[in-house]
Amino acid sequence: MSILMTLRIALKALNRNKMRTILTMLGMIIGVGAVITMVALGRGAQATIEEQVKSAGTNLININAGNFQQGGVRQGAGMATSLTAEDATALRQVPGVQYVSAGVNSRGQVIAGNQNWSTQVQGVDVDLPAIRSWPTKYGSFFTPQDVNTAAKVAVLGTVVSDTLFGTDVDPTGQIIRIRNQPFKVIGVMTSKGQGPFGQDQDDTIFTPYTTVQKKLQGIQHINNITVSSETPDTAPVSDAISVVLRTRHKLPPGEPDDFMVRTQEEIASVRTETTRTMTTLLAAIAGVSLLVGGIGIMNIMLVSVTERTREIGLRLAIGARGSDVLLQFLVEAIVISLFGGLLGIGLGFGLSAALEKFLQWPTSIPPNAIAMAFGFAAATGVFFGFYPARKAAGLDPIEALRYE
Amino acid sequence: MAAGAAAEAAGKPSMAETQSVKPVIEVKDLVKTYHVGEVTVRALRGANFAVTPGEFVAVTGPSGSGKSTLMHILGCLDRPTSGQYFLDGRDVSRMSKDELANVRNNKIGFVFQGFNLLSRTTALDNVELPLLYNSGKNKLKSAERHKRAMESLTAVGLGERYHHYPNQLSGGQQQRVAIARSLINRPSIILADEPTGNLDTRTSIEVMGIFQKLNIERGITIILITHEMDIAEYGTRLVRFRDGKIQIDQKIQHRRNAVEELAKLPPPEPEEPHVPSDEKPVEHLGGVV
Repeated sequence: MSILMTLRIALKALNRNKMRTILTMLGMIIGVGAVITMVALGRGAQATIEEQVKSAGTNLININAGNFQQGGVRQGAGMATSLTAEDATALRQVPGVQYVSAGVNSRGQVIAGNQNWSTQVQGVDVDLPAIRSWPTKYGSFFTPQDVNTAAKVAVLGTVVSDTLFGTDVDPTGQIIRIRNQPFKVIGVMTSKGQGPFGQDQDDTIFTPYTTVQKKLQGIQHINNITVSSETPDTAPVSDAISVVLRTRHKLPPGEPDDFMVRTQEEIASVRTETTRTMTTLLAAIAGVSLLVGGIGIMNIMLVSVTERTREIGLRLAIGARGSDVLLQFLVEAIVISLFGGLLGIGLGFGLSAALEKFLQWPTSIPPNAIAMAFGFAAATGVFFGFYPARKAAGLDPIEALRYE
Repeated sequence: MAAGAAAEAAGKPSMAETQSVKPVIEVKDLVKTYHVGEVTVRALRGANFAVTPGEFVAVTGPSGSGKSTLMHILGCLDRPTSGQYFLDGRDVSRMSKDELANVRNNKIGFVFQGFNLLSRTTALDNVELPLLYNSGKNKLKSAERHKRAMESLTAVGLGERYHHYPNQLSGGQQQRVAIARSLINRPSIILADEPTGNLDTRTSIEVMGIFQKLNIERGITIILITHEMDIAEYGTRLVRFRDGKIQIDQKIQHRRNAVEELAKLPPPEPEEPHVPSDEKPVEHLGGVV
C-alpha cells in the first residue's frame, strides 16, 4: 500500500474521532509550545547580554595592574603600581590595536551649587569615547591638550549631570568641585545604561587621567589600560599585549604576570554561560511535557488498537500484510504528533510574543529550535506510536475477527 | 449412521468423475490441535477432501465439529498442525506470511456472519478496501478502483447506494456490500461463514440468490458454512463435519433455487431497502436487522 493511501486512511480514522484526536494532540501542542517558549526566553536573555556587551564597547581588552607584593604580604588585584602611562603608549604600537586609553580610578564627593553627589571619577585618555563607542550629549570630550596639561575639566555621566543640575539641563561651562578642587564641565555623555555586571555606567565623571594622577591622587602609576582591537578577534591581540608588557616590565620567564589582561568576550562569556545553563534547564523541563504528551499518544493509540480490533482483523483477512497495519497505526501516531507539533510551534510563537508584550521579557526564537521541536515531535510520534502499531500488526486475524 | 454410509456411497461417483478436473482446493489429512490453557482441543482430526472449480459446497456440522477451523485454514488465516492444503496446486503450508496475505487478497473472498463493514465509511469505500492492499502489478489507480467498486456494487444490486454508510443500510444490504467487497479482486473462491446467520428468511434467500448467481454465472467456487440445513440446500454438495472429521460428503439431490423461491414469496414490504425509488438513506436507520 502506498504511503499516500496510508496517510489518507490515517486522516480518515483520526477524523472519525475528532475530540479524542484533538485532546491527544493537546499534549504535543503544549509540549512543543513550552519548549519553544522556554528556548525563546533563554535566547532573549542571551541576546540582552550580548547587547550589553556591545554597549560596553566591542573588541574591548582591559588591562589591570596585578597584585602588589611586599615582603610576602599580598595586596588585592589592581593595587600594584606596575602599570605606567608609558606602558599605555607602548601598546599603541602593538599590531591589531586600534585605540588605547590609560585609566586611573578615584572616588569623591562632587559638589555643584547646593547639590552634592558621591560618584566615581575616572581618569581616562581622549580615545575612550571611540573605544566604548560612546558619544557626548552636550559639549565635547576633552582634548590631548587637556591631557598634557592635566587640565581640571570634567565630562559628566547623565546620572551625575541629572543629579547635580537637573534633567535635560546642559551644564556645559558650569563649575563643579571634586574633592574641593574646581573643575570645569565641558560635556555630558549620552546615556549608556547597565554594564555587563549590572553597574550603572552613567554614574561617573570622566577627567584626563593626568589630572587624577597629579591633582587628585598624587601618583605616578596608572590603574588600568583600556584597549580596543581592530577586529572582533581579540585573543591574538591580548596575547601580543601580554608579551609587550612582560618585556617592558622585564619579567623573567617563569615569573607570573604583574598585570591582568581580560577581553570583553571573556567577561561576557561567564554570564552567557549562566544563561545558557538556565535555557537548557528550562527547555529540559519543557521537554518533560513533550514526553508526557508522547505517552498520551501511546495511551490513545493502544486504546484505539483495542477498539478497532475487529477492523484490524478484517483488514488482515482481506489481504493486509502485518506491515500495512503497522504502518497505518504508525502514520496515525505521527500525524497526531506532527500536527500537534505544528500547532505547538504556533503556540510557542504566540506565548513568546505575549511574554514580550505584557511582561517586557525579551524573547527570540532561533530557527533551529523550531526545526528541533518539530523533529522531536515527529520522533516522539514514531517512538510512542511504534509499540501500539506493532501490537496491532501482530494480532491474530481469527481472534481479532471474533473480538467483541 | 446407515444413511450417512449410503450418502457416502452415493457421493463416491461424483468424486470420481471430478478427478479429471484439477481441484482448486485439496486438503490431505488435515489436523489442527489447539492448546487452550491446560486443555488440548483437537479441532480437526484428519480431514480429506477436494473441491473442483465451480462447486458450491455447503459445510455443516454442530458447533465444535471443526467446520470453523477448516474455514480458517482454507482462508489462509490459520495453518494446520499437520497435513497439507493445496490451493490451485500450491502448498499453502509452505507460504510466508506475506504470501498468505497476498492469497487472501487475490484468490479468496470472505463473507462473514457479522458483515464486518467499516463504520462511518461509505459502501463504495468499504468495497474498495481490498484493492488498497493489492501488491505490485495489481495496483490500481484511484479512478480504476472506483470503477471496479461500482461494478461490484451493481452486481449485488446496490449500485445506487454506493454513498451510504453501513448504519444507513439494512442487514441484507450490508451483507450484499460485504459480498461486493469479497468480489472486488475477482477471486476464484468465496468463503462464506454463516452469511445468513444474522438475516431474516426473505433476506437470507436474497443473499443465497446472489451466491447462486455468482456460482452459476461466473463459475466462482463457493464454500458456505452454515448450520441450517435449508440454507445448505442451495449448494451443489454437502459436507458434514462431526468431531473434526468429515462424516458425510454427498451431492445435493434437490438443489433449491433462490430466484424461483423469491418469485413465489409475497412482494417485499415497503420498507425493504432495495426499492429503487427510495432515495433517502435516513429512512433505513434501524432497518431489517
